[in-house]
Amino acid sequence: MSIVRLESVSKTYSRKVTRQFVKTYLSGRFRPAHQERFYALKQVSLELREGDSLAVLGPNGAGKSTLLSLVAGLSWPDEGRVVVAGRVAALLELGSGFHPDLTGAENVRLNAALLGFSRRRTREKFDEIVEFSGIGEFIAEPLRTYSAGMVMRLAFAVAAAVDPDILLIDEVLAVGDQAFQHKCMRKIQQLKEKGRVLICTSHVMETLRGLCTRAIWLDHGQVRGEGAADELIAAFEAAAGSAPLQ
Amino acid sequence: MRVANYGFLLTNLILRDFRVRYRNMSLGVFWSVLNPLVMMAVLTFIFTRIFVAGGIRDFHVFVLCGIIPFNFFAIAWASGTMSVFQNSGLVKRVVLPREIVPLSTVLANCIHFLIQIGLLVTVVLVSGYPVNAYWALLPAVFALEVVFVCGLSLITSALDVYFRDVRYVVESANTVLFWMVPIFYSLAIVPAQFHALYQYNPIAAVVLACRNILIDGMAPPPALLYKLFFVSTLFLTLGLLVYGRLKRRFADYL
Repeated sequence: MSIVRLESVSKTYSRKVTRQFVKTYLSGRFRPAHQERFYALKQVSLELREGDSLAVLGPNGAGKSTLLSLVAGLSWPDEGRVVVAGRVAALLELGSGFHPDLTGAENVRLNAALLGFSRRRTREKFDEIVEFSGIGEFIAEPLRTYSAGMVMRLAFAVAAAVDPDILLIDEVLAVGDQAFQHKCMRKIQQLKEKGRVLICTSHVMETLRGLCTRAIWLDHGQVRGEGAADELIAAFEAAAGSAPLQ
Repeated sequence: MRVANYGFLLTNLILRDFRVRYRNMSLGVFWSVLNPLVMMAVLTFIFTRIFVAGGIRDFHVFVLCGIIPFNFFAIAWASGTMSVFQNSGLVKRVVLPREIVPLSTVLANCIHFLIQIGLLVTVVLVSGYPVNAYWALLPAVFALEVVFVCGLSLITSALDVYFRDVRYVVESANTVLFWMVPIFYSLAIVPAQFHALYQYNPIAAVVLACRNILIDGMAPPPALLYKLFFVSTLFLTLGLLVYGRLKRRFADYL
């Protein structure tokens, strides 16, 4: 059964970001509005089934984040259709649901609520989340005292506890230390074995090789290639002119 | 999202606003009480010593009945309007029912509103006005005010994402409303042709109803309550409709 399906999806943005209401309104009255729009994604189709793990490749501005936010349901396509069957947990930006003045524990509860947890489930999972994050006694300290790596660990621990059908990860794994990255990998591997779907972006190809079996390569919003992760990552690296890491 | 989980999320967002606001203050919640008391003292001084308004007994109680509903309205509306913009990290990056952002901000302000209502009741009792049966109407009256602010904030917070000017429009509207709500004058001195302006304005209606109940010891006119109910629920419905349409492109504009 397909869990995520994109049917020739396009997403455009207006070039002029700051819209001036009065100006736009008046100019629209006197001459036909010709809005310059550019495509963040153009005619992208994609299908993911249970247990699939997809690496999204591409340079900055290729449309990777746009793709993830469409799957997450955070934005809507201008053309085409996005069909997602199941519960999405998204790690799109480091600690986006977190507040620096709240303690780690308060942030865990807030984020659990944001991810759709019930009160009871939050209470049940709380110790497990703190344990997994490895934050220790710092959990009672305000988040602003945390390092970037600690924030990421806490964010990942909460998202992993959701046991989502679809897990979206945008770059964020890179900030954790080696030991924690291994822990994340193991957790993600477990999710995959349970048939969950993973979509992941990273500029660290080694991470993507370790996590993903499939890959899609985006360039200026269009699909440049699609296929098995190993082959496509190699092709991407060759094209980018970068030597493979390690 | 299930209703219980929605409630849990709402509670957590309200707690977040409340904690963040008070964590780094030494006087904390005391400010909620101090501010209306200062306003009450100043307005009472002006209108009983300098610009004497005749015919109003216990001016401090009279004016406090105006200040407290108005203060809540002005602050909750202004912060509600800014809420989506200020929570852009959540709106852009976290999958959540987006209506909850302005709603939780308005409801977080209700905690102060409750404290201030406690202050109002205390001042009323201390000034020698007895409890009467109509006090039972007060929760409904204040709840309708909250409903109205929620509706208004849903509209302005969504518009503010697209046009950041909206927050200044709200600011100016609040200044205008301070004069257009009978805070330091009574409806009796308003010429009859303008009365509709006051009865259809939910904030003015709440102030008038408060005075009827707390000072005059009588039920507010039913017509006033009907209008309050009608306008408040109309705005909430409108707010949900407008917000529901505009929220789809939030992520593109934040």
